[in-house]
Amino acid sequence: MQAIEVHGLRKSYKDLHVLRGVDLAVPAGSIYALLGSNGAGKTTLVQIISTLLSADAGQVRVNGFDTAAQPRQVRESLSLTGQFAAIDGVHTGRENLILLARLRRDPDPERAADALLERFDLTEAGARRPSTYSGGMRRRLDLAMGLVGGAPLVLLDEPTTGLDPQSRIQMWNIIRELAASGTTVLLTTQYLDEAEQLADRIAILHDGTIIQEGTLADLRKLLPPATIEHVLKEPTLEDIFLTFVGSAGAPEGA
Amino acid sequence: MSIAALHDTRILTGRSLRHILRSPDTIITTAITPIAMMLLFVFVFGGAINTGSSESYVKYMLPGILAITIASGVAYTSYRLFLDMSEGMMLRLRSLPISRSSMLWGHVLTSLAANAVSLLLVIGVAFLAGFRPRATVLDWLAAAALLLLTTLALTWIAVIAGLSAKTVDGASAFSYPLILLPFISSAFVPTDSMPSAVAWFAENQPITAIVDSLRSLLTGAALDASIWVSVAWLLGLLAAAWVVSLFVFRSKTRG
Ligand SMILES: Nc1ncnc2c1ncn2[C@@H]1O[C@H](COP(=O)(O)OP(=O)(O)OP(=O)(O)O)[C@@H](O)[C@H]1O
Ligand SMILES: [Mg+2]
Repeated sequence: MQAIEVHGLRKSYKDLHVLRGVDLAVPAGSIYALLGSNGAGKTTLVQIISTLLSADAGQVRVNGFDTAAQPRQVRESLSLTGQFAAIDGVHTGRENLILLARLRRDPDPERAADALLERFDLTEAGARRPSTYSGGMRRRLDLAMGLVGGAPLVLLDEPTTGLDPQSRIQMWNIIRELAASGTTVLLTTQYLDEAEQLADRIAILHDGTIIQEGTLADLRKLLPPATIEHVLKEPTLEDIFLTFVGSAGAPEGA
Repeated sequence: MSIAALHDTRILTGRSLRHILRSPDTIITTAITPIAMMLLFVFVFGGAINTGSSESYVKYMLPGILAITIASGVAYTSYRLFLDMSEGMMLRLRSLPISRSSMLWGHVLTSLAANAVSLLLVIGVAFLAGFRPRATVLDWLAAAALLLLTTLALTWIAVIAGLSAKTVDGASAFSYPLILLPFISSAFVPTDSMPSAVAWFAENQPITAIVDSLRSLLTGAALDASIWVSVAWLLGLLAAAWVVSLFVFRSKTRG
């Protein structure tokens, strides 16, 4: 079963041909990473899949529903966290989550909100307005809002951009938990290590098409076998940062 | 509308009402300018204005002040809608399985509630300034219905402005001409005191009909054709603004 099937997808903004025949299949229950440089069209593709944009040509099916013909069913079966925060600044963090839970017809919106606040380390911040949050906290609230309702497919457009290393690892764990519970996750990212760490399959979007697709092992085979070099392995900057700052979990409000 | 759509509208109206309740100053600010104008007209200019009637001047000009209150009050709707469009909240709402019209109606219903409060504040101050209407309960109900219809029509015009604006200032700029319209109507001085071209415009623009019928209702005078002219104008404006809003909403959110 494929959670997402994309065939011959084309999309242009006037003379700018962003997607020129994209084919993609995301297996249900997998974590799928979409890589691409700035302006490659990742956000455009994600927005077409989530029915926010219409395609010029081609077909997209989400959990078997056609995005053009059955947008309502598509929206029922996925939830999206866009690249840029979409938060109501006048409501507190908790109220934002309750609003989403009510719109998603959660039987107990308050409990759903509290559970997500806890999962994203925002319990104390929940009573405050997002304007008092740090950038990373706002991003975490935004991601939490994207998970309200427990849709079987979750689309995350650059979920960890702007997060510190701990929050990033926390986000990775949440994504792994989602996949373990059977949720399909499609995420876009600029970070190659993120795709390497998380994804069951990886696709590279470049010049309007998917130029490579497969598991990490598949993609590794594309390059000549690694030559053995005798060098001492230096710790990466991330190792150093985590050693000194502590990777056990950031204090609330970090 | 389906039951689900009504439910979505109720939730989003709650959200939008909370915006107002969190900053009640927006209602007060909306009411303060018309109140100041009213006091200025009654206590400063009023003595020099001859309305050709024996009624108190505050009674004469209150309907015009109410029209100004609504015209400035609906600008808040375009401001809020502009924020939804520019800050990504509209994208999030559109990605949810909810009714599309609820994304607009939530703001529109909130506008009705907020403007009702502003209008009550203005009418309250008018009483303090000597407004003593001779209206029956039925007159009051008819006046309230007319004010509600005016708010609804102007709010849908505000929706168009909020959806199409490129900047925050642009979102509320549409209301300035609306606020000026009552001045070129029978709201403050009788139109026969104006030069003929201006008088012609004043007599044929909707505010004159609305203001005239409100004045008849509030003074308990006999209703003339102006009430039907107002209702026709308002229903026409409402239908046009509503259709254009939906068209703009669809084209802005298609991509
Ligand atoms: N509404 C629009 N109108 C015109 N051009 C657009 C529009 N949206 C995106 N583009 C252009 O389409 C191209 C693809 O944009 P898109 O946002 O999909 O890229 P992306 O891969 O998500 O980039 P990033 O990594 O920077 O987020 C870019 O060149 C962008 O300028
Ligand atoms: Mg992007």
